[in-house]
Amino acid sequence: MRSALAAVLTSCALALLGCEKKASAPPAPATPGGASVVAPGETPGVSGNAILIGEVGSLTGPEATFGISTRNAIELALREVNAAGGVKGKKVEVRVYDDQSKPEEAANAVARLINQDQVLLILGEVASTNSIAMANKAQPAQVPMISNASTNPKVTEIGNYIFRVCFIDPFQGYVMAKFAHDNLKFTRVAVLKDLASDYSQGLADVFKRKFTEMGGKIVGEETYAKGSTDFRSQLTALKRSQPDGIYVPGYYTDIGVIARQARELGLNAKLMGGDGWDSEKLFELGGSAVEGSYFSNHYSPDDPNPRIQKFIADYKAAFGSVPDSLAALGYDAAMVAVDAIKRAPSFDRVAIRNAIAATKNFPGVTGTISLDDKRNATKPAVVLEVGKGRTKYVATIAP
Amino acid sequence: MSDFAQHLINGLAAGTIYALVALGYTMVYGVLKLINFAHGDVMMVGTFLGYAVAQKLGVERQSTLWGVLLIFLAAMGGCAVLGFVIERFAYRPLRDKPRLTALITAIGISFTLSYGFQLDFGPLPGAAPRAFPEVIPPTEWLIVGDRAVVIWNWQVISLAIAIALMLMLQGLVYRTRFGRAMRAVSFDHRTAALMGIPVDRIIALTFMLGSALAAGAGILYAIKDTAIQPLMGLYVGLKAFVAAVIGGIGNVPGAVVGGLLLGLVEEFVVGYSSSSWRDAVAFAFLIIVLLVRPGGLFGRAAAEKV
Repeated sequence: MRSALAAVLTSCALALLGCEKKASAPPAPATPGGASVVAPGETPGVSGNAILIGEVGSLTGPEATFGISTRNAIELALREVNAAGGVKGKKVEVRVYDDQSKPEEAANAVARLINQDQVLLILGEVASTNSIAMANKAQPAQVPMISNASTNPKVTEIGNYIFRVCFIDPFQGYVMAKFAHDNLKFTRVAVLKDLASDYSQGLADVFKRKFTEMGGKIVGEETYAKGSTDFRSQLTALKRSQPDGIYVPGYYTDIGVIARQARELGLNAKLMGGDGWDSEKLFELGGSAVEGSYFSNHYSPDDPNPRIQKFIADYKAAFGSVPDSLAALGYDAAMVAVDAIKRAPSFDRVAIRNAIAATKNFPGVTGTISLDDKRNATKPAVVLEVGKGRTKYVATIAP
Repeated sequence: MSDFAQHLINGLAAGTIYALVALGYTMVYGVLKLINFAHGDVMMVGTFLGYAVAQKLGVERQSTLWGVLLIFLAAMGGCAVLGFVIERFAYRPLRDKPRLTALITAIGISFTLSYGFQLDFGPLPGAAPRAFPEVIPPTEWLIVGDRAVVIWNWQVISLAIAIALMLMLQGLVYRTRFGRAMRAVSFDHRTAALMGIPVDRIIALTFMLGSALAAGAGILYAIKDTAIQPLMGLYVGLKAFVAAVIGGIGNVPGAVVGGLLLGLVEEFVVGYSSSSWRDAVAFAFLIIVLLVRPGGLFGRAAAEKV
């Protein structure tokens, strides 16, 4: 009697929490009350007619557009998979938790997905700091995890259950260094990075090394703290060194403001960055100041490839906006996961892990995805130029 | 040399915002001895109110004189009401409870506002940052040389507003009946009540005034730094709190001087050493000031009566 009461209370509490966190998981008919309880002997995440996977994303907090794009795209991918009959006769469902853009919340969410929801595998995150926190929980529990867009090398180094469908920072840093040196003919470049972000540090380090190796000179380096919106002091200091360009591998939330303040101070060096810039918000926050800047990215919506154009059209129809690269990667992460579940001989997590690791030449929206022995995707990057309210494709740079 | 001048201007502009937010902190602390941690979030709410009004006015009218006044008045009025509600329903019931209870409540209100505003529900703005419109169209007020030093109109306007508000508040506290009542409540609110001072009303009015000040500071902040989002209050609020403590919390000119000093210290740390040291040095500065003058620069050392 008491345990029955406790079970009811727990499921109510979970259902409430689910609402509060705005989890967009559709109510699973086989798992009433919001908690999916797996009977002993059953495979985690798999019930009679459904497969449950987990997702952690930044639905609130400073990087919310990343999480929202990813969630939308994963929803779109699973809708397509389920409309086509699901996987092995089962529907694939996703339980989403918000980590508020914080690593400690991301770790909690993973613990919850593994222990309470008993998901088969986990998708997420975008920010490397959060993915590392997640991987540290998923690896010991031997739950496969696919990060859609974390580019810091440390993420997949955590263990053999951690994968990603995007390229890694050394490559992105290399792409921009090469572009600045070969295409823009820059010789003097300064760096402005986010002090507390693994992502920003990673890109900046590789950029500096590669650009110096190519014969360029790093003339200045400054940092900023997350949450700050006044970058004038750093920019004034950088102005002194008269750079041709400034490499700012931060997130779009800061880039728009940095661009405005640089122009305000009469600093007209070109700004360059990485995929963290990719958001519709960049145009709103940066206005005309950010136009003419360059960043490396995973895909370009201008690509005429029919697979990409179909994805863009479907996403637009469902959510009313052009998908950014985080959406494209979220879609690919979900599709790689589904493909692996299809190929795996059983629903066992070890079998799923091996199937993901064996992904070769998977036709994704962000290019053909093959996972190497370090569980990273190898594929080319594109360089985009920021224009008026949209980006223009400039170049593709191969590994 | 021109670098130095530009750093000076940047630092003053950043410090102006700290100063304005710190004024509200100091007022509330002066009367209630409560560190109102929700103050920065009230500022955030004010900024979003201003943003909503500016959106309603449209690009044409938002930068006219009446448009700007309306944006400020709506934000400040809205926040005055918010301040009243917070005081009435969150702090007043706890007034005779231990001080820690009210402090924790203040942190609770801060989180409720900053995380509540991230919901995408009804009129709430959602988590994504917005660009605040250019309600004071930026024009260069002074350019030296080949743009070696640039001063913008809004930097001058903000600083002028901060100093004017400081003088007005100082006048209010020391030259009006309301101010005398405030000081009496601050000294001992039970005795003040016995003397016939309407303590509840004085405290409510102080809160409304402080919240309106926060809203005004928020709009000036948004004009300066463009990007606004629901968590902005936490960062600015913390810095303004430091500024208020440096100046001597509870002291009106102290808040302004503390804010400007903090802005300048941060700026010169970045300009002449390393930007990674900025926050560390800002807080080290706080510790040094408190070691030398425990009451802050303008504070009076309170002798503990036994």
